[in-house]
Amino acid sequence: MAHLAIAVGGDGRVSAQTAEPQTNSAVSAYEAVIGLEVHAQLLTRSKMFCACSAEYIGKPANSNTCPVCLGLPGVLPVINRQAVEYTVLTALALNCEIPEFTKFDRKNYFYPDLPKGYQISQYDMPLSRNGWLEFEVEGAPVRCGITRVHLEEDTGTLHHAGDVLQSARSSLVDLNRAGVPLMEIVGEPDLRSAEAAREYLVRLRQILMYIGVNDGNLEQGSFRCDANVSLRVRGSDALGTKVEIKNMNSFRAVHRALQYEIERQAAVLAGGGTLVQETRGWVEARGATVSQRSKEYAHDYRYFPEPDLPPLALDSAYTERVRRTMPELPAARAQRLQEKFGLSAYDAAVLTAAREDADAYEALASQVPAKLAANWLMGDVAALANERRVALHRSGLGVDGLAALLRLLDAGTINGPTAKALLEELYESGGDPAAVVQERGLGQLDDEAALLAIVDEVIAANAAAAADFRAGKEAALGRLVGQVMKATGGKAQPQLVNRLLRERLA
Amino acid sequence: MTARTITQLAHELREGSTTPRRLLDNALAHAEAAEPSLHAYLALTRELAERQADEAGRMLERDPDGASPLCGVPMALKDVLCVDGVETTAGSRILSGWKPPYTGTAVQRLFDAGAVCVGKTNCDEFAMGSSTENSAFGPAGNPWDVERVPGGSSGGSAATVAAGTVPYALGSDTGGSIRQPASLSGVVGFKPTYGRVSRYGLIAFASSLDQIGPLTRSVEDAAIVYAAIAGGDPRDSTCDPRPLGDPLETLGRGVEGLRLGVPREYMGEGIDPDVRARVEEAMAVLEGLGASLREVSLPTTHAGLSTYYIIAPAECSSNLARYDGVRFGLREDDPSLTEMYLRTRDRGFGVEVKRRVMLGTYALSSGYYDAYYRKAQKVRTVIAEEFARVFEDVDALVSPTSPSVAFTMGDRDDPLSMYMCDVVTLPVNLAGLPGISVPCGFSPELPVGLQVIAPRFEDARVFQVAHAYEQATEWHTSQSPLAATAA
Repeated sequence: MAHLAIAVGGDGRVSAQTAEPQTNSAVSAYEAVIGLEVHAQLLTRSKMFCACSAEYIGKPANSNTCPVCLGLPGVLPVINRQAVEYTVLTALALNCEIPEFTKFDRKNYFYPDLPKGYQISQYDMPLSRNGWLEFEVEGAPVRCGITRVHLEEDTGTLHHAGDVLQSARSSLVDLNRAGVPLMEIVGEPDLRSAEAAREYLVRLRQILMYIGVNDGNLEQGSFRCDANVSLRVRGSDALGTKVEIKNMNSFRAVHRALQYEIERQAAVLAGGGTLVQETRGWVEARGATVSQRSKEYAHDYRYFPEPDLPPLALDSAYTERVRRTMPELPAARAQRLQEKFGLSAYDAAVLTAAREDADAYEALASQVPAKLAANWLMGDVAALANERRVALHRSGLGVDGLAALLRLLDAGTINGPTAKALLEELYESGGDPAAVVQERGLGQLDDEAALLAIVDEVIAANAAAAADFRAGKEAALGRLVGQVMKATGGKAQPQLVNRLLRERLA
Repeated sequence: MTARTITQLAHELREGSTTPRRLLDNALAHAEAAEPSLHAYLALTRELAERQADEAGRMLERDPDGASPLCGVPMALKDVLCVDGVETTAGSRILSGWKPPYTGTAVQRLFDAGAVCVGKTNCDEFAMGSSTENSAFGPAGNPWDVERVPGGSSGGSAATVAAGTVPYALGSDTGGSIRQPASLSGVVGFKPTYGRVSRYGLIAFASSLDQIGPLTRSVEDAAIVYAAIAGGDPRDSTCDPRPLGDPLETLGRGVEGLRLGVPREYMGEGIDPDVRARVEEAMAVLEGLGASLREVSLPTTHAGLSTYYIIAPAECSSNLARYDGVRFGLREDDPSLTEMYLRTRDRGFGVEVKRRVMLGTYALSSGYYDAYYRKAQKVRTVIAEEFARVFEDVDALVSPTSPSVAFTMGDRDDPLSMYMCDVVTLPVNLAGLPGISVPCGFSPELPVGLQVIAPRFEDARVFQVAHAYEQATEWHTSQSPLAATAA
């Protein structure tokens, strides 16, 4: 896979961002080797091993718990069927093999957010392995291997005075999150740049959201990422000393942290130093990674098979049944929309970024011209959704309302500015655009004779602009069109006004 | 008056010669009288028991024929079984004062049947031991000789049944912890097939070996209690959902034509000659009843003890990690988290628990896992396969339950000699088989137990053989000196 290596720093972006510009030459002598581990909470109703709700955010501390997720003496776990199915679905979307036999293991370590003193996870027989994810980075295709996708349980959360538990004066434990199903997606070290790593995460998150297993929230931590980064001399096959990077809570943080780490390691190596195998945390405020612990303190997790859970046999019939529930994935959908509606690759990618957007587009494109639907969704609707922080499918207007509005526009019943004004007005409140147009008489003025009278009045009242246009200043026409629109209360059909003005001024 | 069985009490309750409340009062009075010398209980649960006795009285009045034979009958629970709102310590200081907010499945099934819980019985800390001397709250005595141990870890349960306080008690058996104390205390003790009784609500020692089971005064009673607690449970994924059938169906069928195997390795070195003699006499009785006996071999028996003492500690090291002082039980406060962990666990756990946590942690450690844990799992498979092969030729196995009779407290102070107590019981746990111990005589005045082992899910066959033997002998009617005072 190394043949797809993208030169780090070769595009000049590195030197633009680097805090230590002198390392730039050092960076280009090395190739970065990056592997990502993603933890994604599953959108199941209940927790991984008990009946408590998997929705834990915003609840009073420790209220979303039961004897099982509190790890009380005598309790036993019971596997959440839906979580297994979601993990299999994810694995299939990532082209993984699903072995017919899988089991859970205990990962043993002490920490106050881990109520049983072990996490139920999967060690040597994960639910799936050997998949891949394909995407493009700066126009070049990248295929990143997926080592495995496995299932485990999330921990609780700690709230302490100070940054570090060990030095905090007091700490409070909240186990509302403990036991929420967590999927771990381990990627191969096939990524060669911070850009590639970011793109991998964007695509992975998109797929998880498409298939409905994860809500993709990096800030709240339902989608979390750790990275392993090492450097090697360009052209070499050997692997360098690996550093694990944690605490990256946004795509931007991932990109910055990896870029920083690549430069830091290059500087150490170029200076003749050696790297330590360690865990480093990204500190956003300092724009730097900071050492957290070195390998001497690495845990021995003493994995062993979870004796409270019999192994799971997932036969091929089960896997096929799950496969049949797979929705069309974003890359395939973008390709199909390109072909079906003649969209550009860029437009198709934007319109299929989220499944709801793609659904909206397909619904609209079946009712109004595809290009019109694309322009509105990517333009005014996207801007409005962003500004009001309400996606179209959750807005009052909804996809159906927008379709009705665009049908009026397409039929010439209303003009563009009216449509835009109605979009803004009805976006949150909702309503039937046709009824509003009827009620307020917003229908387009397309009576040529009536318009012609107004056109003449405007030309008479704006002699200077008329003269400018006649003298060859095209821009002057715009002023006149604007005046006509104003005189008609915005209802005139702009193309008609344009034609009439040109005829009169010819 | 003498100590009676569940069957006898169920009959008396229906003919009106006694009431649940009267049985309870007698049991409590007897327990209180015996406790100073016996220490079978960590707590008496008078309030709970009175409520349950009153409810059982109403149930019996409403529907005497429909009510369970357990309705209104007093009983006791080993203190590793969780009861909502009732202090449950597992015999450990680290859980001192802890009251579970829930009741486990097996216990709830008994409560639903109208059982009356007299108290929580003494046991080795976290069920780790064979004498009940590892209880953080002091040892229990043997009703046949209170200077001696009742066995363990379910020693309190065995002692209270042998003392005639209650006709039955629940215990848990990980390597012999029901059968061995039953043998040493002269009562019946039954360990079901692994996966027949839900472990939900049983404080875990070694999850792949633990099973809940009854200690009783008769084989029929053991089958009655087993029938009430066994069967699938959605809260325990290791609990088999297949129908139980009627465990009492085989009682009275006799052993005519049954092929019984005697494992050579269970009768040899290490077995007290007098114990061997009693067991051989018992085998002769079975033969006289029409069973055919043959010697069989379980050649990997010698590796059973070491296999067990890797797997059980490995699981226990993980199962006991939750006792960290953070959320429940004992906490030794310290500004440093690590120190808090260390001090809490140092003060909260006893010597034997610490030893096993250390052993298990070591066995699972990186670099040692293959040599210890993985190898032990392989040997475990071999042991299970040897049983399976033997069961192609025989219907059940008979052997001693314990290599010796009850020993004097403090006599076995080195761990290895204590571990030897379970040498003929723990292979049964490793293979997940059902096993029972029934009284089969005395040596000279201390009880000896006969162990009957059957293939997985053939729990009823264990009852069949044990019942036939019991009915042909008088041993089960022998009463300990303390039982003579039972009302």
